[in-house]
Amino acid sequence: MAKRIDVSDLNIYYGDFLAVADVNVSIEPRSVTALIGPSGCGKSTFLRSLNRMHEVLPGAHVEGKVAMDGQDLYGPDVDPVDVRRQIGMVFQRPNPFPTMSIYDNVAAGIRLNARKMKRTELDDLVERSLLGANLWKEVKDRLNRPASGLSGGQQQRLCIARAIAVEPDVLLMDEPASALDPISTLAIEDLMTELKERFTIVIVTHNMQQAARVSEQTGFFNIAGPGQPGRLIEFNPTEKIFSNPDEKATEDYISGRFG
Amino acid sequence: MSQTSAPQAPAAPSPPPTSVQPRPRLPRWATAAAFAGAAVVAVLLGVLTALNLVTFVLYTAVVGTLALWAVSRRVEGRRKAKDRLVTSLVLGAFAVTLVPLLSLVYEVVRRGVARLDGEFFNSSMVGIIGPGGGAYHAILGTLIITGLTVVMSVPIGLLTAVYLVEYGTGRLKRAITFLVDVMTGIPSIVAGLFAYALFAIFFGPGVRLGIAGAVALSVLMIPVMVRSAEEVLKLVPNELREAAYALGVPKWRTIVKVVIPTAIAGLGTSVTLAIARVIGETAPLLVTVGITNATNLDPFDGRMATLPVFAYYQLTQPGVPPEFGIDRAWTAALVLIMLVMGLNLLARLISHFFAPKTGR
Ligand SMILES: Nc1ncnc2c1ncn2[C@@H]1O[C@H](COP(=O)(O)OP(=O)(O)OP(=O)(O)O)[C@@H](O)[C@H]1O
Ligand SMILES: [Mg+2]
Repeated sequence: MAKRIDVSDLNIYYGDFLAVADVNVSIEPRSVTALIGPSGCGKSTFLRSLNRMHEVLPGAHVEGKVAMDGQDLYGPDVDPVDVRRQIGMVFQRPNPFPTMSIYDNVAAGIRLNARKMKRTELDDLVERSLLGANLWKEVKDRLNRPASGLSGGQQQRLCIARAIAVEPDVLLMDEPASALDPISTLAIEDLMTELKERFTIVIVTHNMQQAARVSEQTGFFNIAGPGQPGRLIEFNPTEKIFSNPDEKATEDYISGRFG
Repeated sequence: MSQTSAPQAPAAPSPPPTSVQPRPRLPRWATAAAFAGAAVVAVLLGVLTALNLVTFVLYTAVVGTLALWAVSRRVEGRRKAKDRLVTSLVLGAFAVTLVPLLSLVYEVVRRGVARLDGEFFNSSMVGIIGPGGGAYHAILGTLIITGLTVVMSVPIGLLTAVYLVEYGTGRLKRAITFLVDVMTGIPSIVAGLFAYALFAIFFGPGVRLGIAGAVALSVLMIPVMVRSAEEVLKLVPNELREAAYALGVPKWRTIVKVVIPTAIAGLGTSVTLAIARVIGETAPLLVTVGITNATNLDPFDGRMATLPVFAYYQLTQPGVPPEFGIDRAWTAALVLIMLVMGLNLLARLISHFFAPKTGR
């Protein structure tokens, strides 16, 4: 079930360092939202604050409000574990569990949370998730082999399968295709188009064409200089951002005239 | 300040880099030849001074290394010569470290093998004066007391390490780290006196109990356990923890199901090495457990025998004639070494079978 996310006046800190300032944005359900911007401007930081992964780093904290379907995710009585169950994440670098088999990695969200499920149901879920991540054909004969034996791109798709297996409402993806070949990238993009029927998807990417191809909305983050906080400069429908952006900085960045 | 010299001619185009040009190399037998020559020189030198095995080996090593270095320097150039020199030094250092180890093992085996018989493993020292007798009671005593030590120290050590790596922040973490460091430096006799004093409060002075020995050994084992487990847990990449959190797995489950399984091979090694550290301790057991000739397998009731203390008493009070006691002491030492070697082997096996597999 897709859900909308409303962010208001969000400031994100690493200790005393203000990394991202003043974000106001609404992320629509059943759509893909792309975040673009130069390296170090706080895209990953912002993404991680949406499912409260940011605060697992010592000293890291946020100010402001993030609401999912009206419910404040940072409210005093909200358990971050519950938030993360509803908002899944795929990381910039693939991180399968090295001690587990391919099968167990996909089933990890179920197994690690000790949710009971019949073996046949679980088999089904694993197959569906791997199919969804376009990995099934490559691994169906070696589901019980260790996941660390896969190539980097296969590991990344395994991580996507692992994330969608728990059926989150929202899926955050931090440069999911940066380690992938064009075919797998295309598969991931198709996957996103398919998944947005059910999930809300937020993706960080450095690939403009990818943002243009898959997303409905695009946010452009920028940073004024070293030590300055990153800011969301513009948030608009993707078509508008890529044809006729409101801000000069956005246009410069997109057309490569940056810096 | 401007110079008025004639404009410099542009530097002549330098020849292309020559790094791939073949350089003269010494033949493979050069090393052997250098040291063989050195051996001859050593014999000659030995005729002048006094020739024995030690001076012979020493002369050969020094002369051979210098000769090889000089020849290599002329033929192969400075870098290669330095490489050969350092290689010789490193190998020499390695050989020097091996000498005490090999001589120790050789001596213990040579002297210990005399009594490495069935009787040694089957009988205690009850009623033994002179030949015969064994360390049945001491072997079991060592196993029981070490086992109790493990049961007490491993959970405490492991949980402390988990706290330090996964939860600890600020003052408390620093305080615990400091205290663990201090504990690492406690002399073993002090640990023994501590346990003795502790049990003397409850059981009166002169108390001797197996469990008191286990407590003393725990004081020594816990800091070793904490330190090594901490290092192992730190090696688990943070990304794996984040991967689990992102699936909505609570922190404690992440630790139990992801962090510890990933580190299990290293943790197994830490446990066995920590055991090896305490299994041969003598002083703390001397003051807490004492010794007995009969078999006592109850750590909560009176004196027990242990291998190190057994060896100590057989050596210092061998009786008359002394050789039987001394033989038993060496055999006890041999059995102790075998136990530690067995543990190290076990650690190897554990890390071999539990290490995350790559399975390509
Ligand atoms: N763990 C951290 N501790 C302190 N500062 C951090 C940490 N991670 C990131 N930062 C800082 O926060 C800012 C934003 O970093 P972030 O990783 O969000 O950038 P990004 O937009 O994702 O860049 P990239 O495109 O290279 O991935 C940077 O200035 C970075 O130095
Ligand atoms: Mg990033």
